Amino acid sequence: MAEKEPTIADAPGGAVAALVAQFAGPDELVEAASQVRDAGYRYWDTHTPYPIHGMDRAMGIRPTVLPWMVLAGGVAGAAAALLMQWWMNAVDYPYIISGKPLFSLPAFIPVTFELIVLFSALTAFVGVLALNQLPQLWHPVFQSRRFARATSDGFFLSIEARDPKFEESRAAELLQSAGAVAIDVCRMPATGREVPTGVYWGVATLAILAILPPLGVAWYRSGAKKLPRIHPILDMDAQPKYRAQAFNPLFPGGMASRPAVPGTIAQGEMDENTALYLGKLGEQWVDEFPVPVSMEAVQRGRERFNIYCAPCHGLTGEGDGMVSQRATRRAEPNWVPPLSLHAEPVRVQPVGQLYNTVTNGIRTMPPYASQISVEDRWAIVLYVKALQRSQHATLDDVPEEMREKLR
Amino acid sequence: MSTITLPAEDNTTDDPRRRAPLTMGGQTLTSITETVARIAERPRPPRAWYVAFAVSSTLTAALILAAIYLIAVGVGVWGNNVPVAWAFDIVNFVFWVGIGHAGTLISAILFLFRQRWRTSVNRFAEAMTIFAVICAGIFPAIHIGRVWFVYWLAPYVNQMAVWPNFRSPLLWDVFAVGTYATVSLLFWYLGMIPDLATLRDRATSRVRRIAYGIFALGWRGSGRQWHRYERAYMLLAGLATPLVLSVHSVVSFDFAVSVVPGWHTTIFPPYFVAGAIFSGFAMVVTLMVPARAFFGLKDLVTLRHLENMNKVILATGCMVGYAYSIEFFIAWYGGNPYEQFAFINRAFGPYTWAYWIMVTCNVVAPQAFWFKKVRTTPWMMVIVCILVNIGMWFERFVIVVTSLSRDYLPSAWEYYRPTAVDITMLLGSFGLFFTLFLLFCRYLPMVAMAEVKAVLPHHHAAGDWQTPAPAEPHANGESHQGIRYPDQVSEGH
Repeated sequence: MAEKEPTIADAPGGAVAALVAQFAGPDELVEAASQVRDAGYRYWDTHTPYPIHGMDRAMGIRPTVLPWMVLAGGVAGAAAALLMQWWMNAVDYPYIISGKPLFSLPAFIPVTFELIVLFSALTAFVGVLALNQLPQLWHPVFQSRRFARATSDGFFLSIEARDPKFEESRAAELLQSAGAVAIDVCRMPATGREVPTGVYWGVATLAILAILPPLGVAWYRSGAKKLPRIHPILDMDAQPKYRAQAFNPLFPGGMASRPAVPGTIAQGEMDENTALYLGKLGEQWVDEFPVPVSMEAVQRGRERFNIYCAPCHGLTGEGDGMVSQRATRRAEPNWVPPLSLHAEPVRVQPVGQLYNTVTNGIRTMPPYASQISVEDRWAIVLYVKALQRSQHATLDDVPEEMREKLR
Repeated sequence: MSTITLPAEDNTTDDPRRRAPLTMGGQTLTSITETVARIAERPRPPRAWYVAFAVSSTLTAALILAAIYLIAVGVGVWGNNVPVAWAFDIVNFVFWVGIGHAGTLISAILFLFRQRWRTSVNRFAEAMTIFAVICAGIFPAIHIGRVWFVYWLAPYVNQMAVWPNFRSPLLWDVFAVGTYATVSLLFWYLGMIPDLATLRDRATSRVRRIAYGIFALGWRGSGRQWHRYERAYMLLAGLATPLVLSVHSVVSFDFAVSVVPGWHTTIFPPYFVAGAIFSGFAMVVTLMVPARAFFGLKDLVTLRHLENMNKVILATGCMVGYAYSIEFFIAWYGGNPYEQFAFINRAFGPYTWAYWIMVTCNVVAPQAFWFKKVRTTPWMMVIVCILVNIGMWFERFVIVVTSLSRDYLPSAWEYYRPTAVDITMLLGSFGLFFTLFLLFCRYLPMVAMAEVKAVLPHHHAAGDWQTPAPAEPHANGESHQGIRYPDQVSEGH
């Protein structure tokens, strides 16, 4: 076929970027490829609609490293899967199931296998694109109109101008002698490779619009908010029921809560021993503890006090707990600072009144009846009395043998 | 040189002196491109396409509405209730995942076994895989009830400071199906890049050139690209092969690892995989027969392709039948009274109708494929394949529902009935599947052109068939007609 002179098509444009030669068929292309390879070019390639057997050898292509990359991906997948399952199920959040070891390899194999395949496949996919330098939407060979057949039924060979040995006339000669049926000269576009500015603006606008929603969410979620966070999905927030104190048209008077049936007492509200449960005898606050007073009770009271009371009242009961300090510093408008437990009005209160305050709350202090048992509330009162005593003690309160030390 | 006198249109007869041609009608590189690319290029598809699309998109809309209703009201709109806590949702999930398996089998396993006939059907079957996995993925996602917490399935760092339990088969399922969907998509897309480049290079409008051009990634079909591409394709096939076997095994673990009689059997993994391939091939044939007729692909997807798939259906159908009988044998041989009850109840209990539909469709119907007449007559094979699809759906129904409806606690026994929402979602999932499929037929290359070209007689291992006629050199690229290979079958050369 070499005897027939190929046509050389050239189009206006910038510098020569590549020569694209068409060949009659796969066998001719393989033959030409070995000639171009022998001529010592580096930046050249064949273009065919399907992979041609023997082309690798004709072009002198060395085996790709892709399989090794995929192997590395698979090993990484196995390591990631085993480490993940070991860390999550045996270390950070141990699940005890059927008395099996926390790290039970047989049960971890399915996920390990899947991640080996996943990591390997992703490596193979990303690897083949990266090694092939794809995506690459522009390439000089696309300048050739004939080249469109390379993906259908044409067989092409291209030599790029960036090759150090490239010289247009000699390369064309080589392609002609190798049997090219047509040669196209591909040039760089005269105006340079420019993307229309509209595309840039469009992409920039889309990018900014895409960033706005996550930024809004991040802004909303950062910092303290006075209102509860937004629930897009109400889950169990909205329940079809009547809440206490709500209006209910079903009952006379519109009360949602039902009053107790006269002459009955609800379970757990049998407060016959009013001294114990209410801190009262008739209308009088009790002045004596209705529970046994002991060292254990004081210790228990201290423990409960430090848990429930100290955050506001402070460990000594001065009213300087952390919550109180912070609220004062921030000048919270609705904050009523707790009274010092050592202030005169508190000190003179009978124990029944102190008990009542713990039980039902006072001013902004909430009731603790639902959180602290009756016995513990009395223990706290006992500890409060001990605290008050400690802050207003005289030498006479100390055992005689210790007085000398303190004097 | 003597010429064998076989009818030119018959490639289903095996003659030891030749290799049966994989394509008919004297295909050339050009004609393959034309046949396949024209389908995606023509401005208006056949009227049948519009009719089918109208029906399938209506069903898809019904699926979406039913799903919204389900999410808004709760899973109580389904018929599921204790003891049958899994029903249509899981039946449909397993059914669709199984359908998907044929695609991976054709594209990966047959590739590794060097079954060249796969090239005409693999694109089609892989697309089917993707769409089937999409349909499958919907059901487990919405059956969790609070679908907006579906991300709890993933092991992510969370403020609750807990991690998922990796010893649960349900979590293996998340990883298996997720990996399967990802790898199938990569495999499908990688295989399609050269063909998208063909569509790009043939595009006549700017929009098409840009759209196909972006997805073709600038593919130039270069020798160096093909070298790595072929290696990557082989690696992906090698990875997808064990993957496809693992996925349905893991799906079967959802049942087999439990202690419910009728589920707790070691035969489940191989039995599920065989059933998946069985149902998947049946679906490929069901879709392929009308598609090749409507889109003029009869020369590329020949009767031989269909016959080969029908043979696979026959083989896997027999495996499934064997599994049904061995389950009964093990129930008797194992001496476990609960297991024995479960299987007798399956065949003769309240769901006896479902069981015998399953046996008739899955075991009896494919026996028709012993006859070559049935294997090579399109309308007959479609009937058998539709029966197989019905049977395989009922197989999952029988497994899931019969075992649960009669569990260990007789006081809780209940007869499961699907609701209208259940049935709408089942039909709707078919609508979604066919909608995606019709869009695929309309816009993407339905046959892997580059792969079919590579197995044209001249182009695979030398000397199989016939040397090409001396190609006529074409100085002018526009009039170049490709290299023509004679289609006469001849004995050696």
